[in-house]
Amino acid sequence: MFKYVLKRVLISVVTVLIILAVLFTMLHSMPGSPFNDEKITAVQRANLEAKYGLDKPLPVQFVNYLKAMLSGDFGVSYVIQKNMPIASLLRARIMVSIRIGVQAVALGTLIGLLMGIVAAMKRNSFLDTFATVVSVIGVAFPSYVFAMAMSYFIGFRLGWLPLLYSTADAARSTVMPTISLSMFSMATVARFARTEMVEVMGSDYMLLADSKGISSFRLLGVHGLRNALIPIVTVLAPLTVELMTGSLVVEQIFAIPGIGSLLVSAIQFNDYNVVLAVVFVYSIMFISVMLIVDILYGVIDPRIRLAKEDAST
Amino acid sequence: MMTAKEYASLVEREDFVPAQNRDLGIDKVYSAQSFWKDALGRFVKNRGAVFGLVMIVLIVFMAFAGPALSGYNYRTQDMSQRNLPPHIAGWESAPVFSGVYTQYVNGEPIRSNVYTQKGIEDVTHIFGTDALGRDQFARTWTGTRVSLYVALVAILIDTFVGMSFGLVSGYYGGKLDFFLQRIVEILSTIPTTVIVTLLIVVMKPGLTSITVALMITEWIGMSRVTRAQTLRLKEREFVLASRTLGESTFSIIFREILPNIFGQIIVMCMMTIPNAIFTEAFLAFIGLGIPAPLASLGSLISDGFKSMTMYPFLVLFPVTVLALLMLSFNLMADGLRDAFDPKMKEM
Repeated sequence: MFKYVLKRVLISVVTVLIILAVLFTMLHSMPGSPFNDEKITAVQRANLEAKYGLDKPLPVQFVNYLKAMLSGDFGVSYVIQKNMPIASLLRARIMVSIRIGVQAVALGTLIGLLMGIVAAMKRNSFLDTFATVVSVIGVAFPSYVFAMAMSYFIGFRLGWLPLLYSTADAARSTVMPTISLSMFSMATVARFARTEMVEVMGSDYMLLADSKGISSFRLLGVHGLRNALIPIVTVLAPLTVELMTGSLVVEQIFAIPGIGSLLVSAIQFNDYNVVLAVVFVYSIMFISVMLIVDILYGVIDPRIRLAKEDAST
Repeated sequence: MMTAKEYASLVEREDFVPAQNRDLGIDKVYSAQSFWKDALGRFVKNRGAVFGLVMIVLIVFMAFAGPALSGYNYRTQDMSQRNLPPHIAGWESAPVFSGVYTQYVNGEPIRSNVYTQKGIEDVTHIFGTDALGRDQFARTWTGTRVSLYVALVAILIDTFVGMSFGLVSGYYGGKLDFFLQRIVEILSTIPTTVIVTLLIVVMKPGLTSITVALMITEWIGMSRVTRAQTLRLKEREFVLASRTLGESTFSIIFREILPNIFGQIIVMCMMTIPNAIFTEAFLAFIGLGIPAPLASLGSLISDGFKSMTMYPFLVLFPVTVLALLMLSFNLMADGLRDAFDPKMKEM
């Protein structure tokens, strides 16, 4: 177990370093220098470069860059909000994104589990077909299809919920973004839950438990669901990816002041510093989730851990 | 105790009837089906998959013939015909495509027919026109070509990069495999969004950069599947036999192992396609798509969204085509998976 965790952590650290190296290279390959004012003399420029450590050899600069990025100092924004430290720009926005993301995962998992279990219990019934259709659509359609449909019909035509995000009415504003983001999680979880439940329900230990005469509630909850839940942990990683890409678009549609929409406007305004900072934050979030899922998976089910160690050596 | 003779007197000759061999059946012999024929049979029985296939054929046809059928092209602007609703000449009284269009201002519906107001009833714009008076029908189908191009690129990348990577990594094993697998692990730990966004920020937005972005991200799943299958097959007797007979490594990989995992490879290809199409549409939506006047479904949706409350039809058609395309590829991928690997049916 220790070896497994160590390996996972090591790979994550290497990945973070690689991402930082790529970002650093990108910063350096950008045309122009920060001090391209014509009035600056050569001496002044040398002084400025010395002040900001730009006269040092590249490896030293890279180490400084690493230190700064890892301590949360991402530099300042040039275009979106001039000279605003990016860290504080992010701090204000990240909570909104996380809130909607967490709500979407919670809603999606809950409804997905319910749908999957009901479909597995009532196999080949109307409910099963309905759940299958919903999960196929949920996986196939990009989240912005749902977001646009809801924003037009519920937000604009019916006027039930705010069309655009407003901080004053945050709770109601997050309803539509949450639902449209949760469609993918819901569909994926429903599919997995159904498959797993069907398999678990047909197993010998369920037959034994049933023949011992325990209540159907206990049978389903304690014996069935618990075993069916293990593989569902695996879908968490793809879900995070989907949430990130989804949030970029959905935040755009509902004008949510989150980090997704920050990235989009930074790209459109060529605000490189902000792009790199958001990309870095995204990577860190994603890598941590992957790491947690991998370790969690190994803890829950030792068979997976052993199989993975086998496969990768 | 009765003697044998007394027993015999109790039994009549009529008690014995020759057995009718009615329980004796002859096993029905089914003709052996080849793997491919078997798979085809299963595929055709799957209604969803057939629907997907038909839709894809239809969309491909429209993508190539659509712009020509409309009589317009994707770039000609006509400032006198801006933001026109869907209309087909002569359908004025039909429930759809009549040119009648309801706009909602402060929740109040206002019905009007711009075509009759302008006296251009003989003009046909099946999907309407955009803010620059370009025919949306021609633009939508031209944009579909981009999605189809992306699908094709995804298949090529999957087979050339992903498949070869997996085959080599799985077959050779050892240090090479270790090294290649670390690359895969690190690449898959970086979120696709990040790779793609960075790449397009560095390169100019356009088809080339989208292709490169797909090249970096889309082959990983395929390489994993191929590697796992190769690992499973390379220890089999028939591979050992070929090796004993002195077959070259190249030949073993491509003539012995590859044909046996072809089903999984096709399935995996089909699974990558929706992903690739989605990546392109997503990039276009956040403004990193192909530049105007070219159109892709994603950029049409992105443009249309800006005036969605005024002219919802500008979003409606591209979104519908994109959604149908994604749905069809997904259904077909599911169908193929079930056809090639019935054991996976419940997944």
